[in-house]
Amino acid sequence: MTLIDLANPTRFLAFTARLLPWMAAVTAILLAVGLYQSAMAPDDYQQGATVKIMFIHVPNAWLSMFVWGVMSLAALGTLVWRHPLADVAAKAAAPLGAAFTFLALVTGSLWGRPMWGTYWEWDARLTSVLILFLMYLGLIALWRAVEDPSRAARAAAVLTLVGAINLPIIKFSVDWWNTLHQPASVMRMGGSTLDRAFLIPLLVMAVAFSLLFLTLHLAAMRNEILRRRVRAMQMIHVAQAGQRPV
Amino acid sequence: MRALYALIGRDIKIALRVGGGALIGVLFFLTVVVLMPFAIGPDLALLARLGPAILWLGALLASLLTLDRLFTADHDDGSLDLITMSRTPLELSCAAKALAHWLAAGLPLVIATPVLGLLLNLDASATATVALTLLAGTPALTFTGMIGAALAVTLHRGGLLLAVLVLPLSIPVLIFGVAASEAAITGPTSFGAPFSILCALSLFGLVLGPFAAAASLRHGLD
Repeated sequence: MTLIDLANPTRFLAFTARLLPWMAAVTAILLAVGLYQSAMAPDDYQQGATVKIMFIHVPNAWLSMFVWGVMSLAALGTLVWRHPLADVAAKAAAPLGAAFTFLALVTGSLWGRPMWGTYWEWDARLTSVLILFLMYLGLIALWRAVEDPSRAARAAAVLTLVGAINLPIIKFSVDWWNTLHQPASVMRMGGSTLDRAFLIPLLVMAVAFSLLFLTLHLAAMRNEILRRRVRAMQMIHVAQAGQRPV
Repeated sequence: MRALYALIGRDIKIALRVGGGALIGVLFFLTVVVLMPFAIGPDLALLARLGPAILWLGALLASLLTLDRLFTADHDDGSLDLITMSRTPLELSCAAKALAHWLAAGLPLVIATPVLGLLLNLDASATATVALTLLAGTPALTFTGMIGAALAVTLHRGGLLLAVLVLPLSIPVLIFGVAASEAAITGPTSFGAPFSILCALSLFGLVLGPFAAAASLRHGLD
């Protein structure tokens, strides 16, 4: 089965119906393992127990950018390849991305209070992620403003690609500006600076959250396809009712 | 080229004549600036300190207010369809329209800045600096805002949606515009770095805006 076969919504539904239970099970197991490891991880010598917020905060922050990346690919799929499921994928991803971004902001804020002494600081990383959150909300507003899904899809695709400029700004904001937020410590040149005791649970959690996103995304795509079918059937129904002689 | 000059000339004329509404932006700019002393009190020292930020915010909101006019009027009377179908590449037409819009609605904001600077107790050099940063930064606002205007016109929903879509994109311009002004007036940091980034943002918008707007018009119009 190739990607082009999945362009048929019926095949996509059948394929994901078989796939989803397995993905959900693996996600649940990984999340359980990751949470257990996070809870068992040693306290940091400076931060104490609050370092454990990292195991939730960092995967959420990574996913907030990853989801926009997925949406950008889907936007290319809509505009360039006209893949029939691309706009479904883009639409289903937006609320998920907004949720991950929101969680990254909230957990970061809760972590910032004991560590930096403030819930919020107008620093480059925090501000650029907040802009990302606003752009997610704007994108959702755009999706909801138009009744015709394919028309909304093309408009949203343009906005998604324009907004993708923000991703490198977020990633490199900690290097370009001298900020309160710490610089990259896991994905950096010359290897991670994180101790193994923290790195392994973090990576497990990152994989678990990514799988969680993929599972939710596929489920949301299924819902969107079904929602469109219901809508099409309703419109046929209404059209037929209109044709009936009174 | 002649078609583009004609388009620019036509857009400027329409914008400046009765019903065009380009100068409403300047009036709005004035009103926002006049409102500020009512909100934060007529403390001249405080106003002078906040002056660059107030002027930038006012200019940002005023340019947002007039962005709606960029495509809607042409869409309503059908000339946007003609522009889309003409032999001139749509990207160039979009760039020409945005340039005309900036000349008619953006440049007056820059010209009005010295007068408004007086109201905010800014001295001559500070006012000149803010006007200079606005001159460098307002093209970025127009050209990135054009993307939102093009999206909004294809969706038949202007107004609120336009503001929600465009404002996040204009945050970098605001940051570096205010940073450059403050650096020149008070700050120990250099004026050159933020001002260069501001100019870069304008050039970047100049390249990106027409393409994104043209793509959105091409895909969105029936």
